[in-house]
Amino acid sequence: MPGYIKDIINSLKSLAIGLEITNREFLKKPITLQYPHEALKMTPRYRGHIELYKNPETGTHSCISCGMCASVCPSNCITINSRKVPGVKGKVLSSYILNFTTCSLCGQCVENCKTGSIGFSNEYNLAGTNKDDYIFDLLKRLHPEGIPEPVVDPELLKQEEEKLAAAAQKAAEKKAAAQKAAEQASTDASGEATAEEKS
Amino acid sequence: MDELIRLLSYFVGIAAFLGFNLAYLGWVERKGAGHIQRRNGPKEVGPYGLLQPLADGLKLMSKQLVVPAAADKPLFMCAPVLAMVPAVLLFVVIPFGDGLVPRQFNSGLLMMFAFASVAVLSILMAGWGSGNKYSLIAGTRAVSQNIAFEIPMLITAITIVMITGTLDLSEIVRYQDGGFWRWNIFRLDKSILMPASFLIFYICSMAETNRAPFDLGEAESELVAGYHTEYGGMGFGLFMMAEYANLVIGCSLTTILFLGGWQSPFGILPDGPHWFFLKMYFLVWCFVWMRWTFPRVTLWGLLNLSWKYLIPFSLVNLLLTALFIKVF
Repeated sequence: MPGYIKDIINSLKSLAIGLEITNREFLKKPITLQYPHEALKMTPRYRGHIELYKNPETGTHSCISCGMCASVCPSNCITINSRKVPGVKGKVLSSYILNFTTCSLCGQCVENCKTGSIGFSNEYNLAGTNKDDYIFDLLKRLHPEGIPEPVVDPELLKQEEEKLAAAAQKAAEKKAAAQKAAEQASTDASGEATAEEKS
Repeated sequence: MDELIRLLSYFVGIAAFLGFNLAYLGWVERKGAGHIQRRNGPKEVGPYGLLQPLADGLKLMSKQLVVPAAADKPLFMCAPVLAMVPAVLLFVVIPFGDGLVPRQFNSGLLMMFAFASVAVLSILMAGWGSGNKYSLIAGTRAVSQNIAFEIPMLITAITIVMITGTLDLSEIVRYQDGGFWRWNIFRLDKSILMPASFLIFYICSMAETNRAPFDLGEAESELVAGYHTEYGGMGFGLFMMAEYANLVIGCSLTTILFLGGWQSPFGILPDGPHWFFLKMYFLVWCFVWMRWTFPRVTLWGLLNLSWKYLIPFSLVNLLLTALFIKVF
């Protein structure tokens, strides 16, 4: 019987303590983040999809289109298109296409980039209604206002033009020589033919 | 003719009062739950989420009513309506103020308990008629729970009837006139266990409404959604509304029996319905507060509470009251 009364008093006390705790929490301010109205700032180390980095010295990316990222990618989601521009050393990137639908965010491309021109973005608002929404052109993302023309080195251009001219000359010579040889060959052949007729 | 107008105006009044309460108690509950858990609760629809109940109602009404193939169709369709009927009917005898009662009944308390026990029938019907084992378990649980808690509730009510000598709810309130020390909860000269008696009645009315921590009939973590597992749309909506209506009725009855109804706590301040609503909504808020504080009791814990604690105490209180009335 004393246990019975003690039990009642103890449980009533614990119930009162519970009510006191919830009342205290009720009077405090809510701590939830009202997501669509406010959002957390992503940490710099957040691993979103990959992105081309801007080199502050040149004002553009430093990708040399070596294709390492595309070749190490386990799910083949990177496609690099580049072209040759006269007067510019190496190849010029014309588009860097990331197919994010197959990307597993493994980061192999970032690890293997020789020039350190790609890294992870802080983008996490990746909702879309179309599969094509996830085919990103990273070059366009880097320069949304328009891709700048590559800087042409005049000396290099001159050298290249000379080289080109020399090559053209060489080709022309080769062509002329080939023509000459062909002519000779045909005369020889006709001579041979006549000889055959005679025999 | 006058009688007809009176009847009609009370009907409209009760319907409006009930509709407002059913809609906005849901809002109060969600807001309260939110703030207790350090969230905001509804806040997007209208200022402070005040239009949320309307949006909920529209959504529930636009949903299709699906009757499961294994269901007992008449029972399944009747149950939500039967849940709502006693809830609305019971407001007929509740005195909101002096003379402000739709129907003056000299046995109002009896009618209260008579119709309140119909509510459990609707739960049993819903549980059986759904043709679902979870619903059936919930139905049987709700019945055992209601039987267990109706006994201490009735014994406590009998104590009050012994003190006041009437079953008329208005008369019971008038008996408690003259300040808060005259309220039945503080009538220690009638029985020293009166505050405990109030607690017993309050706990029992909480259990009768099938609310957490006594929501064994719907126990989400054990029985999916209990007796209303198979109900969608307005079928579910009616059960929800009946729960809130029963909440208001339980708190009103506690206010009338123990807290002096429309009587002001101090003799100087004027009496009036505002005191009734103040006390009633305070008790309603305590229900919400407890719901989001206490975990659900187990079935044996629930029956233990009733048979081992509430019933003995209410019986002792009954005997004490009889003794006090005889001796003093």
